[in-house]
Order: sequence, then C-alpha cells, then structure tokens
Amino acid sequence: MEIKKGQRRFIFFCLTPAVILFIVFLIIPTINVFRMSTYKWGGYTDEKTFVGLQNFTKLFQSDKFYQAFQNSLLLIVVVTIVTFALALIFASMLSREKLKGQNLLRVIFYIPNILSVVVISAIFSAIYDPNSGLLNAILNLFRGAESAPTLWLGDQKIVIFSLSGAMIWQAIGYYMVMYMASMANVPESLYESADLEGAGRMEKFFSITIPLIWTNIRTTLTFFIISTINMSFLFVVAMTNGGPDGSTEVFLSYMYKEAYTNSSYGYGMAIGVIVFLFSFALAAILNAVTSRDHLEY
Amino acid sequence: MNNNKLTKQSISDKLYKSLIYVVLILLAIVIIVPVGWAFIASIKQDVEFYGNPWVLPQGFYVQNFADAWEKAKMGSYMLNSLIVTAIALGLLLVIALPAAYVLSRFKFRGSVFWNTMFMAGLFINVNYIVVPIFLMLNNGDKAVRGFLGHPIFLNNLFILALVYTAMALPFTIYLLSGYFKSLPKEFEEAASVDGAGYFRTMVQIIMPMAKPSIVTIILFNFLSFWNEYIISMTLLTTPGLRTLPVGLMNLMAAQKSAVQYGQMYAGLVLVMLPTLILYILVQKKLTQGMTMGGLKG
Repeated sequence: MEIKKGQRRFIFFCLTPAVILFIVFLIIPTINVFRMSTYKWGGYTDEKTFVGLQNFTKLFQSDKFYQAFQNSLLLIVVVTIVTFALALIFASMLSREKLKGQNLLRVIFYIPNILSVVVISAIFSAIYDPNSGLLNAILNLFRGAESAPTLWLGDQKIVIFSLSGAMIWQAIGYYMVMYMASMANVPESLYESADLEGAGRMEKFFSITIPLIWTNIRTTLTFFIISTINMSFLFVVAMTNGGPDGSTEVFLSYMYKEAYTNSSYGYGMAIGVIVFLFSFALAAILNAVTSRDHLEY
Repeated sequence: MNNNKLTKQSISDKLYKSLIYVVLILLAIVIIVPVGWAFIASIKQDVEFYGNPWVLPQGFYVQNFADAWEKAKMGSYMLNSLIVTAIALGLLLVIALPAAYVLSRFKFRGSVFWNTMFMAGLFINVNYIVVPIFLMLNNGDKAVRGFLGHPIFLNNLFILALVYTAMALPFTIYLLSGYFKSLPKEFEEAASVDGAGYFRTMVQIIMPMAKPSIVTIILFNFLSFWNEYIISMTLLTTPGLRTLPVGLMNLMAAQKSAVQYGQMYAGLVLVMLPTLILYILVQKKLTQGMTMGGLKG
C-alpha cells in the first residue's frame, strides 16, 4: 500500500508539468481555433458575437481565399512532385552505387535543413535580385547582358515558381536522407539475384527498390502535404509577404494576415479550420490511393 | 563473343558511374554556392554589389559585421536568442524526460489517455495556433494590468521560451518514450532490490543510459528554437526584444529602402554560423537521429 502511494506521487510529479504546459499552450489554443471560428470578433474589444457558420460562408465567397487556395495547391503539387522525384533518384544513386566521397555529399545535401527559413529566404531573395542577383547573372551569360532582367520576385506569373525553387532547395536533402535510410534496409541478396537474372538498373529501381520502400514513400507523401502548407507560410512571410498583389498568398499567410494584422480573429480562425480539414482530407485521399499490399523484405 | 559483351557492359557501367558523379556534384554545387556566396558577400563593401555578382571581394570588409552587431543591434538580438534557446532547452529536458519516462514505463490510471494525447499533439502545428496563443497572453496581460500595473506575458523572453518548450513536448516525448520502451524491465527491478527510490532510479540509472537520445533531442531542438521566427515575431512586439531571425527579417526589409547589402549579409552569417558549426561537429548524430525519429515539423 505504501509503495503504491509513493509510486502515485512520483508519477504525479513527473507528469504534471508536462501536462500543464501541453494543455495551456497546445490544447486550449487548438480548441480556441475551432471555437473562435464561429464568432465575429474584431480587434481588442471584448465584444464577441456568435455568428454560427457565417465566417465560413463569407470565406467561400472571397476571391482572396480562392487565390490563396490556388497558390497553395499549386505549391503542394509542384514542390511535392519535383522534390519527391529528385530525392528518390538521388537517394538511390547514393545508396546503390559505391562512390567516393559519399559521406561528404550526404553532409552537403543536408545543409539546407539546418538553416533558418529566414536565412534561406534572404539568400534566395539575393539570388533572385533582378540587378545584382546570381540567377540573372547566369542567364545573362547566355542571352547577353543587355536583355531586360527577369523579375523573379516581381513578376506575378513567375514569382510562385521562384518560391517553389527555394522550397525544393530546402526540402530535398531531408527526404533524401529519409529514403536512403529505408533503402539501406533492403537486403542486398535481392539485388544479387536480380543481377543473376540480368535485370538492369532501371528494372531494379522500379521492381525492387520502390516496392520495398513503399511504406516509407507513403509516409513521406503525407509529410509533403503538411510540410508544404507550413513551409510555404514561413517562406512567404520572410520572402514575398504574399505579393506582388496576392500572387504568392498561401493558406496560412492569408490566415495570419486576416487574424493578426487585420484583427478579424473569427474570420482568420475559420480559414485555419478549413485549411486543417483540407490537409487532413488530402492526406487521407493520398493514403487511400497509394495503399498497396505490404511487402516483406 | 561473350568477352566482347562483357567489355561493352563495363564501358556502359563506367559511363553511367561518371554520369552519376556529374549529377551528384552538380546538386552539391547548387547547394553549396548560394550559402558560400552569402559568406563572401558578407565581407564586400556596399559599392561592390553594383558590379558583376561573380567578382570576388576586394578585401575583408569587417565593418559589415561591426555595423550589423552595433547599428542593427544583431548583437543584443543574439543575446536574446541565446537566452531563449537556453531556457527553453533546459526546461524541455527537466519537463520532458520525467514525463516520457513515466509515460513509457509505468501503468497507471490515465496512462493510455495521456500517451494518446501527446501522440495527437504531434499533429498540432504552431502556425495554426500562434494567434490564439497571442490572444490568450494578451488577455492575461489585460487582467494582470489591473493589479500589477504593467503587462507581463507578451514581450517576455521567459514566456517565449515556455511556449517553445510546450511546442517541442510532443515530439520530444515521442522520441524519448521510444527509447525508454526498448530498455529491459530488469534495471528498475535491480534498483528497487538495492533500495533505490523511484526518483533515484530515474536520475541515476535510466537518465545516464538515455544520453544518446538526450543529445539528439538537444541538437534538434537547438536548431528549431534558434531558427524559429513566427512565434517570436508575434509574441515579442517591442523592437528591442527581438530574436536573431526576426532581426534578420528586419534587416532584409531595411535593405530594400536603404541599400545596406553588406550589413544584411553579415547579419545573415551571424544567424547561420552557429547552426553550421554545430552541424559540422555533429552531423553524423543529426542524420542518424532524424531517421530514428522519422519526422519533424
């Protein structure tokens, strides 16, 4: 009986601080997002009026929201496809072939992941600079220095692709390391027997590597959706602030602007709720589409 | 005939291998050049930015760093970042280690519930709840002003550190529990036979064994706390109280109106240098830890 009491006290003291922090800074704010989305609440007055789903109907009539939706979706598709393909190919190159300097390459590829997104945004803003940037300087080698500089961050049609360039640059190393780790678990004997049957590199890649790391691929696809929605916000805040003229406004930057800068908290939180549900739905759809029988090594 | 076929294959093998080298080195260049370019630009004088971006700096213009440190206040921002990161890391270890230990090694009323809750916490992203957290602290300030006379929650480095700790809890607990679960039960049994209490068993027997996971946790969270700027720019609103990445964002904005490239790049180097040094020292641990944990923001 004495032991039980001591144990209970020990558990209580160990768990309580974590639980308090967790409830105060994660659970309550999360509940508040949903609760506030049904209120009309502007600014610092305490005047809150319950409006039901009005924020949501307003949202679906807003052109700005559709623009943010479009931009986010485009980023999700472009960043996911390019990063996924490149990371997978590079990972299989690095893990399937015996190369010199393999470790050094891996160290280099992971560097973008340890930099702050502000740092990456600053570097890319400099690279995209129309007059003194690296990118135009490189292009000028081919098209002559007199041609009009491309406005990488100023042209409404280009800017979203410039943004995805920075995001791909940032993400590729992380997914490479992920894929390499799971490729290392594929037993060598499978490749050896494929060699005996005369299978080429492509065949081995598509019929051994891909099927055997499929579970890992599926997990990363979910990551791609969630992290693109979050990362695009970080990049937009530091790099373009949604401009020019809303052409890089994404889900969460639109939410932040409405809620924090514009002080329409209820409306902002309604955006948050929709984005949250959207990312969940998209992840569920992708998960269902990519589901296959589980393969054992 | 057979011999001929073999040499043909080995030639194509060699070709393929050199192609792989070229592609991988190209990617390495694409990653290294922007980062290196920022370092080089940080020692250029402002006038040097107008010419060809490929030209190497004429000298080592250290004044940029002095300007960034003093005039742009990056020095005091760095101190703020150090304080916040140190407090948050300390709190995280003191709070998360016992909680993870108890959650993974003891059966008690509510253990399943809290394990599930912290797992669910992995899906809550800061970007969604940063505005509710701001409002909560703002309301707290309003209440406190009544009897203290001044606000205490916003613009407080300790509160920022506390929020960081809370945000890091789910992932940290998830990672640590995974490790604690893998330890055999005999450790605690032996300790209790020797008459050690729960607390002593945890501190003197379990913690030392968990050292590798603790190191991984410190590394990861150092990077995420040091690089964070969304929460920081929302909760710290007085200009003197910025963290380093937010300070860099301000330098970026200032650079657009008044041309101070050198200062901006120097600030950028100040933000990324600590993380790069840390990464070079411990890169192996970091990539290992990443595949161990499997996910990150």
